[in-house]
Amino acid sequence: MKVAYWPGCVSRGFTPELHGAMAKVAPLLDIELIELDRAACCGAGVISEHNQELADSLNARTFALAQQTDGALMMNICSTCQGAQSECQERLDSNGDYRDRINEIIGDEDLRYSKGLENKNLLWVLVEEIGLDELRSRVKRPLEGLRVGPFYGCYIVRPRDRLGIDSQSPRDRYLHEVIEALGGTVIDYAGIYKCCGFPIITMNKEASLKQAGTHLGDAADAQADCLVVPCPLCHLNLDLQQPLAERVVGRELAMPVLHLPQLLGLALGLEPAELGMGKHVVKPTAVIDWSESVVAASPS
Amino acid sequence: MPEFTLKIRRFLPETGDAPYWEDFTVDLEGHRSVLEGILQVRDVQDGSVGIRCSCRAAICGSCGVRINGRATLACKTHLNDALEDSQEDGAIVIEPMGNMPVIKDLIVDMDAVHWTKIRRVTPWLLPDGPPPEREYVVPHEAMVDVTQSMACIQCGACVSDCLSMEVDADFVGPAALAKAYRFVGDPRDAQHEERLRDLAEDPHGIHDCTHCFACIDACPKGVAPMDQIMRLRRMAGSDYEIDDRNNGHRHESAFTEIIRKKGILDEAKLLPDSYGGKLHPRVVPELVDSLPVIVTALTRGKITPKAALMPHRLPRDSQEAVKRIFETIDERDERYELNLYITGFEDEEVEKAAAEEERGPHE
Repeated sequence: MKVAYWPGCVSRGFTPELHGAMAKVAPLLDIELIELDRAACCGAGVISEHNQELADSLNARTFALAQQTDGALMMNICSTCQGAQSECQERLDSNGDYRDRINEIIGDEDLRYSKGLENKNLLWVLVEEIGLDELRSRVKRPLEGLRVGPFYGCYIVRPRDRLGIDSQSPRDRYLHEVIEALGGTVIDYAGIYKCCGFPIITMNKEASLKQAGTHLGDAADAQADCLVVPCPLCHLNLDLQQPLAERVVGRELAMPVLHLPQLLGLALGLEPAELGMGKHVVKPTAVIDWSESVVAASPS
Repeated sequence: MPEFTLKIRRFLPETGDAPYWEDFTVDLEGHRSVLEGILQVRDVQDGSVGIRCSCRAAICGSCGVRINGRATLACKTHLNDALEDSQEDGAIVIEPMGNMPVIKDLIVDMDAVHWTKIRRVTPWLLPDGPPPEREYVVPHEAMVDVTQSMACIQCGACVSDCLSMEVDADFVGPAALAKAYRFVGDPRDAQHEERLRDLAEDPHGIHDCTHCFACIDACPKGVAPMDQIMRLRRMAGSDYEIDDRNNGHRHESAFTEIIRKKGILDEAKLLPDSYGGKLHPRVVPELVDSLPVIVTALTRGKITPKAALMPHRLPRDSQEAVKRIFETIDERDERYELNLYITGFEDEEVEKAAAEEERGPHE
């Protein structure tokens, strides 16, 4: 399938391995990425904190750019983008006058957003568009023996109404389902739906890192080999800041954190190094004993 | 009559025994509430089960509990919905609310946390001058904005599920901050700036909210406390330009300015700018503290000097287009906010009305 692809800022900034891994994984899933390279930052909730109309305009512009492509839908690889964009889209789709007002602002590039764009995180695309059976059939190296803790973060699971989560569309179980489809074992621990703490890292560092450290510690106590995240901002607090989080919670954590496309890539037969796993602060290859699992040991 | 299994968390602190789970089966129609289920347990099976409740109609806010891991009102949750939502083999899991000490079973100490926080924000009107002879006269439109925060029934569900409070017990929290907005948004109150300054400068105030949406999901009345906190931040930063000690306003304006100039984020610039700019003395201890992280990121090739100096950019014409959007918004006389709680989902209503019309008159 062809999708209008919004990688977000962080996947092209401090987590370049995420953008790279997505590019490697897409052809293996027959996803053709039409990158929205003219689109601006989603605002991550921070711009709407400054001015809601501004955030809605920037995202309406992105949506309009996506609608100009021949992609079946718009796909993102960042939960924070998903959450921030869904919030703006809810306002735009709910009120025709407001939509006109915003369309006027973005109109000078001949752009116009029409109600009803489908914007889905990769996780939703995997389950709802590709399907778990299809995904399972493409697995080359089942992640047997790999104990994976799902870490959903906030923006992709709350608020449930806005994100279309209910018992009919259990989007808050998709990470569980994908891990299982790839042959891995889902680890249940307290932090699955909690906050990584990243949004307050510059405001209350102690509380921020305590969140990250607590969830990593809980996953370690549940004997997870690694966590998987659909959000690069969670990755920043859970991986990049892990040495500082260790200091705050006073324990060694050594918990590798994988981006969703990296976990996919491993199961689809790619090597850890190709997926940029050597770029992590806590190197997955150094911590996980790959020889014990079907995933072959591979230097990074 | 269908049967439902209620898995209730039992705890009586003064016994010194650890909390434990107990399963009860109740016979009730699925459209009856979880509260009715708990009351049937108490009336018929075990009179010692502790639950606080009163109105049974989602008005008094007494019966806040966690059902299947999320805080809500027991009287507002149908048994069949709760069962459908359960991840636990056919049982509805019922626990006391979080972030507050448990007094007994499902009863928590609201005084110790919730009401203490509410008192913290001076939850009464502070008008200027002597009171008028009769009532304060306020135009209707001026009060519409605060109706959302006024819908709060003080049940504590948002406090229960607040993920910031979980790691920082001093956080003023969602209920109290929503209450604060109720006064900051009230035209009769004369202390808007003082209230905002107080809550922006408090290290556990408006900038301690981690933006996790948990309070929005928990609230049974649609108050969306986090949205009210964002309104407080917007007013503190954009209207009063309160340069708080917590970097709250600095972070928001640094972020916004980077997007204005570049269209997309440049994290290598955002970090120092959030502390006041790379030459600011505040940045130095932060950099020293983060040095091991920066060094690791550099050695791993996660952040390359080239990427830090030449970050990904938008094409020039797109950068210009983004700048023009900023300019258009800047030129507005007043900030415009669409609150769906107040306006409703207009399009849906229009569509519904159109569909009704198509179906023709009711027979």
